[in-house]
Amino acid sequence: MIPAPFDYLAPTTVEEALAALAEHGDDAKVVAGGQSLLPVLRMRLNTPEVVVDLGRIDSLRGIREEGDHLVVGAMTTHHEVRTSDLVRTHAAVLAHATDQLADSQIRHRGTLGGALAHADPAGDQGACVLSLGAELEVTGPGGARTVPADQFFLGLFETALGDDEILTAVRIPKHTGWGGHYEKFVRVVHQWPIVAVAASVRLEGGTIAEARVGLTNMGPTYLRARGVEEALVGATPTLDGVREAAERATEGTDPPSDLNGDADYRRHLAGVLTARAVVAAAGG
Amino acid sequence: MARITLTVDGEQVTDDVEPRTLLVHYLREHLGKTGTVIGCDTSNCGACTVHLDGRSVKSCNVLAVQADGHEVTTIEGLARGGELHPVQEAFRECHGLQCGFCTPGMIMQSIDLLAENPSPTEDEVRHGLEGNLCRCTGYHNIVRSVLHAAGGAQ
Ligand SMILES: Cc1cc2nc3c(=O)[nH]c(=O)nc-3n(C[C@H](O)[C@H](O)[C@H](O)COP(=O)(O)OP(=O)(O)OC[C@H]3O[C@@H](n4cnc5c(N)ncnc54)[C@H](O)[C@@H]3O)c2cc1C
Ligand code: FES
Ligand code: FES
Repeated sequence: MIPAPFDYLAPTTVEEALAALAEHGDDAKVVAGGQSLLPVLRMRLNTPEVVVDLGRIDSLRGIREEGDHLVVGAMTTHHEVRTSDLVRTHAAVLAHATDQLADSQIRHRGTLGGALAHADPAGDQGACVLSLGAELEVTGPGGARTVPADQFFLGLFETALGDDEILTAVRIPKHTGWGGHYEKFVRVVHQWPIVAVAASVRLEGGTIAEARVGLTNMGPTYLRARGVEEALVGATPTLDGVREAAERATEGTDPPSDLNGDADYRRHLAGVLTARAVVAAAGG
Repeated sequence: MARITLTVDGEQVTDDVEPRTLLVHYLREHLGKTGTVIGCDTSNCGACTVHLDGRSVKSCNVLAVQADGHEVTTIEGLARGGELHPVQEAFRECHGLQCGFCTPGMIMQSIDLLAENPSPTEDEVRHGLEGNLCRCTGYHNIVRSVLHAAGGAQ
């Protein structure tokens, strides 16, 4: 299958890209790595008249430190994220999730910004940035704004991004010295998870001092398991030590039922995977 | 129509293409490079793998216009003066193929994998090839081929 015809624009600055979006409104679609959008266009689930390629805007690429934040440009590829020493050091769970995302070829093209803007509830990176308390930098005709992750992901493939806006960067508070682990349950490698859990923990004297836990595919969008986070404080990082806290992973979830498993099965998985993720994040 | 200029297998080409043209269709239908094949509709199989600026990509999931100004290498650009690339040679030597349909993509991905990790373990080879599907071999000889190319005693 090939996409329906469209015009192609390849701006080299964010301003040019915004002008193109302003001109073409909802007839336009932005393409980043194209790894989610091109399959959609090929199946003709979407037929934009204009495709605006962000691939030639250099300012959207790269990973840098800004005080106690890590700033990842929207067009930074999955490959760059997973091999980045900065990401491994300050946001270990994101590096680990991106390691397990899709396959090598897709990771060479797909971008962090594209994945977050796509907001597939089964996408691997949303629960990581949500649980780490990241903020998304968004630019539109009215200038730039910063949206906390918990206000960015609104639902199934739905974000706070307007049609005339571009996600430019992700600001992640540094979690230096924290352990991170992404526990992904799949039937087929290189595919989206049935359920996955993003866990980051900070230990003090052998017990858990702080924890951040995000859930993938346990509802129409990514969820933060705050009940688990609270209950983990003071716990010993062993499967027995975290089991009770991990059971709270189902609180407030609304998992889908599909060919891979029904909602009850997913709830069961969430508890089991949370316990595993937390113990592994603690180095166990 | 959009005008694109890129380097394919070492040669510069310029063409007018429809923006919706997929890179794999451009390679096969405009340039006649049918060594790169199409095995699926969902970007799962990896048969269409080529290198874009030296990194593996699935050419069914890239627009030809996105490759404008860049460098593409296909399975047809690997042999030098009639000599097979060492990874091609290893697939021949270790019977890393049966029907051969997945082979162009397997070889392009294996070269990428070895460039990043010149002495992979068997497990790393299997992970590195997870975006490439084979319906014939059961993968064992493909993995052996890659380890052989890496210089292991296979
Ligand atoms: C075979 C296969 C397996 C995969 N497996 C996984 C997996 O296991 N886990 C996983 O998480 N994902 C998986 N993916 C999806 C992959 O992660 C995509 O790369 C990612 O979801 C989209 O990133 P992209 O840069 O390619 O975005 P694109 O496809 O270019 O864009 C996606 C959407 O976001 C919009 N968009 C992109 N960038 C911006 C921006 N900066 N501002 C505003 N809007 C923007 C686009 O308009 C489009 O609607 C898989 C994909 C394939 C083809
Ligand atoms: S044809 Fe490209 S991945 Fe199958
Ligand atoms: S050899 Fe036939 S598909 Fe791999």
